[in-house]
Amino acid sequence: MNIGEVAEIVQGKLFTKGIDTAIEVRGAFVGDLMSDVLATIKPEAILLTGLNNPQVIRTALIADVSVIILARGKKPSLEMIELANNEGMPLICSPLGLFEMSVRLAENNIVSYEDEFDLSKCA
Amino acid sequence: MSNQPVLSDAHASRITRVEELAYELTIADVMTRNPVTLAVNMTMRDALDVMRNNKISGAPVARDGTLIGILSTEDLIRSLREGRIDRKVTEYMTHNVITVREHDQVVEALKTFNKTKVGRFPVVDENGMLVGILTKGDISNGVLTALQRDFEAEELKRYRASHLFEDIVSDRTSLILRYEIIKDDFLHGGAASNRIKKALLRLGAPPQVARKCGIAVYEAEMNLIIHTTNGGSLRVEVEPNKIIMEAYDDGPGIPDIEKAMTPGYSTASSEVRNKGFGAGMGLVNINNCVDELMIKSTPDTGTNIYMIMYLEKNRGKE
Repeated sequence: MNIGEVAEIVQGKLFTKGIDTAIEVRGAFVGDLMSDVLATIKPEAILLTGLNNPQVIRTALIADVSVIILARGKKPSLEMIELANNEGMPLICSPLGLFEMSVRLAENNIVSYEDEFDLSKCA
Repeated sequence: MSNQPVLSDAHASRITRVEELAYELTIADVMTRNPVTLAVNMTMRDALDVMRNNKISGAPVARDGTLIGILSTEDLIRSLREGRIDRKVTEYMTHNVITVREHDQVVEALKTFNKTKVGRFPVVDENGMLVGILTKGDISNGVLTALQRDFEAEELKRYRASHLFEDIVSDRTSLILRYEIIKDDFLHGGAASNRIKKALLRLGAPPQVARKCGIAVYEAEMNLIIHTTNGGSLRVEVEPNKIIMEAYDDGPGIPDIEKAMTPGYSTASSEVRNKGFGAGMGLVNINNCVDELMIKSTPDTGTNIYMIMYLEKNRGKE
């Protein structure tokens, strides 16, 4: 599925300019705490989040996220939109909640892009 | 009629840069120089031959380099229909020619194309002398060539950076990047880490290595923003075979490092949690990403986080 189709499924609006909506995505990840995201997200994921601040974009860039979707109608700030534009990070705003989006995406063959957490290095 | 200039869906992903280029490029940059022109003493039959031989559908008419009119296939058809193919081109050409100026921006030509629906414009210099001809095709080609140049410039930068360590010979070459991180600067949180990640990619690090280093320094950077008294600094030393990343601060220090390494353990305030931090995964993520991690922390004097990533190990045997 491509980013344009993802936006349609979540009834979302793409805020970033100049994005190639034909970019393919296959999996998604849900998280509100950025370190949780970095702990187990796979590269090229759709990131569904309730967090609405510039850190979401910076975290997404670090983790090679393909597209960010803000849940529950949260509107990104001008700083966020500017950052997303400068970095070419697709930023979608959806009126739906995280679970609803997850269900709809799963029904459209989007899989989980979450790695199992590696406990082996923990104390 | 749409007011949007020109370019098709195929260019949509680069539209921002394309729009910029419409302002950066001048008409002289993209026009066809030395265009085929028709002389005032030519007949319509001569013009037909010229246009057919050159596979063009229109041409300016000039006298001693000065533009006096323009002739299109429409005019040729008209003369054929009237059976007057042997009359002079000056009888059938359009006299009031819409021209564009060579030093104007391409965007001016785009506006003129949209206003007039004319297929080609003669390009004149400041003295009104004919210097070229401009079609929409010339603009598309010019923009694509400029995009290709952009792309090649970026490739060249990447190539040069990735060969830095081969080009410069010493017993031990390294490149050091330093960043000052300000306490509570959430607005720019993660900016330094993203610069570090980009630098590593440009220097030729495999994407997986750059990503892991990015995650580790991001966590270290956020710790400096959230947990320190006065902020701190990040230092990244890139060598041909390893990347050393360090974070320094001057307090307050981590009271119990072992506890801080437990997944989910956090001392962050609820205010910080509302900003999306304090998952209690910071040091855990660092530990999971890098090959070696050393944490030195003394109450009141500060913390030093020392992280190493080995390139061979993460790239496979060379």
